[in-house]
Amino acid sequence: MSILIKNGRVIDPKSGLDGILDVFIEGSLIKKIDKTLSGEGKDVEVIDAAGHIVAPGLIDVHAHLREPGYEWKETIRTGTMAAVKGGFTSIACMANTNPVNDSKSVTDYIITKARSEGACRVFPCGAITKNLKGEELAEIGEMVEAGIRAISDDGKSVKNSGILRKALEYAKLFNIPVISHCEDEDLSKGYVHEGRASLLSGLDAVPGIAEEIIVRRDITLAAYVDSPIHLTHISTAGSVDAIRQAKKDYRKITCDTCPHYFSITDEATLGFDTNTKVNPPLRSRDDMEAIIEGLRNNTIDIIATDHAPHEGTSKDVEFDIAAFGISGLETALALSLALVHQGVLTLHELFRKLTINPAKLLGLPYGEIKAGKTADLIVFNPEIEWTVDKNSFFSKGKNTPFHGRELRGKNLITIVDGKIAYKDPSFKG
Amino acid sequence: MKWTKKDLLGITGLSKEEILFILDTAESFRDISRRDVKKVPTLRGKTVITLFYEPSTRTRTSFEIAAKRLSADTINIAASTSSYVKGETLKDTAKTLEAMKPDVTIIRHSMPGAPHMLAKIVESSVVNGGDGAHEHPTQALLDLFTMREKKGTLDGLKIAIIGDIIHSRVARSNIFALRHFDTEIICCGPPTMLPPHLEDLGVKPEHSLEKAIRNADVIMTLRIQKERGGVAYIPSIKEYSTMFGLRKEHLSKAKKDVIVMHPGPMNRGIEIMDDVADGTSSVILDQVENGVAVRMAVLYLLLGREA
Repeated sequence: MSILIKNGRVIDPKSGLDGILDVFIEGSLIKKIDKTLSGEGKDVEVIDAAGHIVAPGLIDVHAHLREPGYEWKETIRTGTMAAVKGGFTSIACMANTNPVNDSKSVTDYIITKARSEGACRVFPCGAITKNLKGEELAEIGEMVEAGIRAISDDGKSVKNSGILRKALEYAKLFNIPVISHCEDEDLSKGYVHEGRASLLSGLDAVPGIAEEIIVRRDITLAAYVDSPIHLTHISTAGSVDAIRQAKKDYRKITCDTCPHYFSITDEATLGFDTNTKVNPPLRSRDDMEAIIEGLRNNTIDIIATDHAPHEGTSKDVEFDIAAFGISGLETALALSLALVHQGVLTLHELFRKLTINPAKLLGLPYGEIKAGKTADLIVFNPEIEWTVDKNSFFSKGKNTPFHGRELRGKNLITIVDGKIAYKDPSFKG
Repeated sequence: MKWTKKDLLGITGLSKEEILFILDTAESFRDISRRDVKKVPTLRGKTVITLFYEPSTRTRTSFEIAAKRLSADTINIAASTSSYVKGETLKDTAKTLEAMKPDVTIIRHSMPGAPHMLAKIVESSVVNGGDGAHEHPTQALLDLFTMREKKGTLDGLKIAIIGDIIHSRVARSNIFALRHFDTEIICCGPPTMLPPHLEDLGVKPEHSLEKAIRNADVIMTLRIQKERGGVAYIPSIKEYSTMFGLRKEHLSKAKKDVIVMHPGPMNRGIEIMDDVADGTSSVILDQVENGVAVRMAVLYLLLGREA
């Protein structure tokens, strides 16, 4: 089975390729990229992508698939279905499942399950410490052998600096990144950002410095032991500033932010909509602007979703006791394209942060459109306007603060490993 | 003016005109409580539920008396006796109560936004009887009513609010309401008890009690919100009382005709001393009396609203 994608604007942020070209896919590989390729006489599915953009499939370094253990919130099947609908062809899933992915057997389970049921590639992220307790290192080497591509205690910081130091050193053995969730738990007894909105709502609040203190600590530790560090879901102006400064002296720092941190602010929490409850919390307008500037000046390398699906009853309660998290895979592309529409980033700059940069972080051979490379790619249209409807999500998690919002830019086709994994019902051609 | 809102969830969302409309309506209800027969048939056939997830004496009783004096039927539900302890969610409790067709539900809850959640679920009216550290709108309305009664006007008043501001829904609602008028608002307490960004609300933060009450027309003292962890914000109750407890000698710094208010319950000897609480400047019991009239006005307006 072969696929010929004709007449689309093909972009590849790594090589800078950008033009109206045809892409011929045979088996799982991209065979040829050229003007006016012909697929006649063979068993070829021809896709007319005229007026659309053909780009590398998106890669998410931070998602929660909830399986094993929380299958009522999401499964590897539903989570990867949401991913391909959103344009993702590879996703890294965090370790806070039940049991925690802190051993080879859990990693094996996730990888086996993803191979049989996953709609896209799944790269598990192992825990840094056993049971995410922050006390003893997990069996990182065995998990690497089983297929993890990073380690993280995401959901919390490794509070003990000595343990984190050892993790940073030990991870060098395997050349995998340590992904750090930055939060000083003693400063973060709250549910929203500490600022003007929390003053009005009376909700217990978390100051931005709860993140910044750990950003600085983790960078200090990584630089001391000369290990790479990746700071995930960065949300404050202070963090962006600290990272920008630190990158001048120490090059092995990368970071990501999520669409909600550059799309909405803590003002969204004023109506007590629990879909706006997320960790780190939605920040102030100044923070949001600093995040956007950080994306523009490349302090922030990657856009990740922090896809955190929850069932209705976890959110259909009082704000204080509602679960943290936003179901993000199906809105990430359109929210990110707003950065292009607003003139913050070029299309190539945006796609670097969604494809090749995440691929580099996880050491993946994906994120490119190039002859001979694996055919993981998408066809999307940056201009199509649509209204977010949580009820049409493939994810079990309907927890989005963007329900009802008009967005511009839509994924139409997702090809994983040379096969069509998703085709939007509206796509003609 | 005609009342159109279904719910009273906070002072936030009320216009100055609506605040004054409630206060003016309350004036006309106050006399009812002073008659021999303290009852009018205005809300006959209406059902009022008080749903209290936090302990309360004065607010719940005040609402119940207000409803009864308007001839409404009242049902009181306390969290300790409700399905809440059996694990029922607020949403299910709300739907269950709604199925019994109340006209108004007054909710008190330890978590901000609980009344807002309730109001989205039920079609009947919801009144916020205090939600965590967020709002306590009827308290602020009765406080404004009392200030206006004692001072003749709200404009030109200097009001000092003393105590655990960061955890206080009474302070928040009063600030939101008083901002509509030409008032000077000072919040006083140790720095740990004053939330950041207070200035953005047009409030002056102050850490000296004596400076805060200088030339004040109104002094409002608040208790330490132990249930919201207020005690951890100070080294000791004793030290707090020494520095921020209101004593009779302090009153000489304020205006001669200063009034002292307290939303209750008071912790005598901590934030307020006996000689102030029971002194001539105290209007604390007037607040309680006015609370009934203000709550009668609120129930009357919500139930008589124009569709």
